[in-house]
Amino acid sequence: MSTSQPGPASARGTNRGPAESHGGRHARQGQRQGRRGSGRGEQFMVPRAEFRSYYGRPVIKEPVWKEPDVPAYLFFGGLAGASSVLAAAAQLTGRPGLARAAKAAALGGISISTVALINDLGRPARFHHMLRVFKLSSPMSVGSWILSAYGPAAGAAALSDFTGILPAAGAAATAGAALLGPAVTTYTAVLLCDTAVPAWHEAHREMPYVFAGSAASAAGGFALLAAPAREAEPARRLAIVGAAVELTAKKLLERRLQSRAEPYQTGRAGALLRAGEIVTFCGLAGAGLSRRSRAGSAVSGLALLAASALTRFGIFEAGRISARYPEYTIVPQRERKQAREAEAGAAGRSGRP
Amino acid sequence: MSSTERPGLTGGADPAERAGWGEHPPRMGFFTDTSVCIGCKACEVACKEWNTVPEDGLELTGMSFDNTIGLSASTWRHVAFIEQQAPVGVPALPAVPGQAAGIRGGLSGPAVPGPDGVDGAMRWLMSSDVCKHCTEAGCLDVCPTGALMRTEFGTVVVQDDVCNGCGYCVPACPFGVIGRRADDGGAHKCTLCYDRLGVGMEPACAKACPTDSIQFGPLDELRERARVRVNDLVEAGHPEAQLYLEGADNGIGGAGAFFLLLDEPEVYGLPPDPVVPTRSLPRMWKHAGLAAAGVGAMVLTAFLGSRTDVR
Repeated sequence: MSTSQPGPASARGTNRGPAESHGGRHARQGQRQGRRGSGRGEQFMVPRAEFRSYYGRPVIKEPVWKEPDVPAYLFFGGLAGASSVLAAAAQLTGRPGLARAAKAAALGGISISTVALINDLGRPARFHHMLRVFKLSSPMSVGSWILSAYGPAAGAAALSDFTGILPAAGAAATAGAALLGPAVTTYTAVLLCDTAVPAWHEAHREMPYVFAGSAASAAGGFALLAAPAREAEPARRLAIVGAAVELTAKKLLERRLQSRAEPYQTGRAGALLRAGEIVTFCGLAGAGLSRRSRAGSAVSGLALLAASALTRFGIFEAGRISARYPEYTIVPQRERKQAREAEAGAAGRSGRP
Repeated sequence: MSSTERPGLTGGADPAERAGWGEHPPRMGFFTDTSVCIGCKACEVACKEWNTVPEDGLELTGMSFDNTIGLSASTWRHVAFIEQQAPVGVPALPAVPGQAAGIRGGLSGPAVPGPDGVDGAMRWLMSSDVCKHCTEAGCLDVCPTGALMRTEFGTVVVQDDVCNGCGYCVPACPFGVIGRRADDGGAHKCTLCYDRLGVGMEPACAKACPTDSIQFGPLDELRERARVRVNDLVEAGHPEAQLYLEGADNGIGGAGAFFLLLDEPEVYGLPPDPVVPTRSLPRMWKHAGLAAAGVGAMVLTAFLGSRTDVR
């Protein structure tokens, strides 16, 4: 596949050799070549943006968050949050089997998430420092507080259901988890986008909707796999709607970012996201067509779970790549600065930031 | 873009005041005048020595004399080296008033043809990079534990005994300054020598700088001095001289450490138009809220009209 090589086109050129650091004004220039991730070898140039950098070194730091911990957390957190909403709705409409499956997904998902998050800390023994303060300016602080309320609620809801003890408290916990669940699925989008990582930050408008759709599709997919067939109809619909929302939001993201969407379309991230799209589409179609087949439903559900995970891993990787190569940071900033300066007119050179 | 015009969450003219310091000293900072930097790396060494910062990898990069590579958890001052072919006729840099003339020659050697057909002498650009101690600091905004704090001097420091190594500050910095150390798992960066400031001393790097390229003092005074210096350079025939981050009209609401550069910021590895990510945070929360409501709506849609007897 022509797009399987990581990084932007310019990074693969010959303009990175140290010898060229001895050159003139244009020594560190690169050219950004637009590439479309069609996988058919198709290429065309976007308006050429020339840039200069310090020996091709990144301007910002790559996230130190580990793989698979953090993308796995994004996936399991989304699965858990949306499952809690599904569980409450199932319980209210008299579908105990569906409710139980969704509660199990919520408890399992949030447990794995918590372990992944603590494991990712540089100093895991201090995980409780997350609750020293509450800061609206820190999505991770807000998220920690949401999780510390949501986790016990999801756990209590599931345990009460499995054991049959304290049904009233179980119902209250189910309701509580359902209220907090949506926040668990979408705050993680803000967590990624509130960084200087170009691919994430520039996508902040669409990312919460991608995550919401991905989470709903995963929750629906799991229930399709695990719930009794005669109660699974709402799960099927949720899976389909979620998958459609995810696909649409991702398309809107790429359309708005235009050439800046390149990290989402090339390299390993592009491959993961394209695979995610294909599997999502298959799962979506399968879920729609397999109403009378238990096995077909299960396979479709599994496909949608896999697709949701692929999306999260792809988005995570796209961010890392966009941080690693300086052109993704420099070119949009240079263009923004030049546009502003053109607007302001030819002011004196000195004293400008 | 409009994001540079809106005030941030944690900015303001006086960040120490905003952080809750009542009576406090003036905001202190660095003015790094790269036109007189001689690339001696005394700042790097003095910083390491005073702050007991450990070794940060030993490799030969081939990037001129720069084997430090960049700022990180264990490198709080970094001297960049750029070798350029300067156009013919660029005059030598004027001396700083009060210093011997020719402390740095600027241009040297005979004119030689350059690779782009530009005839010119070789010129060195050297610059000592450091944490910017932003007015609107991305690292401080996103820190979930409160480990990152604003000092009474308006600077930003990490409290090592609080940091749990979540790593959020690392990609939140638009300059790639702060890093997480592999051995102790914590985030580290320049403190502007908080301990020295507390007893009225200047930071170790500024103390060690032999050419006063690194100047330390109250930010207001430094800004005045920098404007005079850049005007001198422009008048002496260096129109490329520019101040970087010296005002408050940028995406970080102003910096506690700013620079005089002789080329565009990206040539030194600095972002040309940095914006603190949290400026868009209110909008991000709004979209996250709408999307969360969307999850509820999707579930509702799924249950409307669903029958239970489908086999």
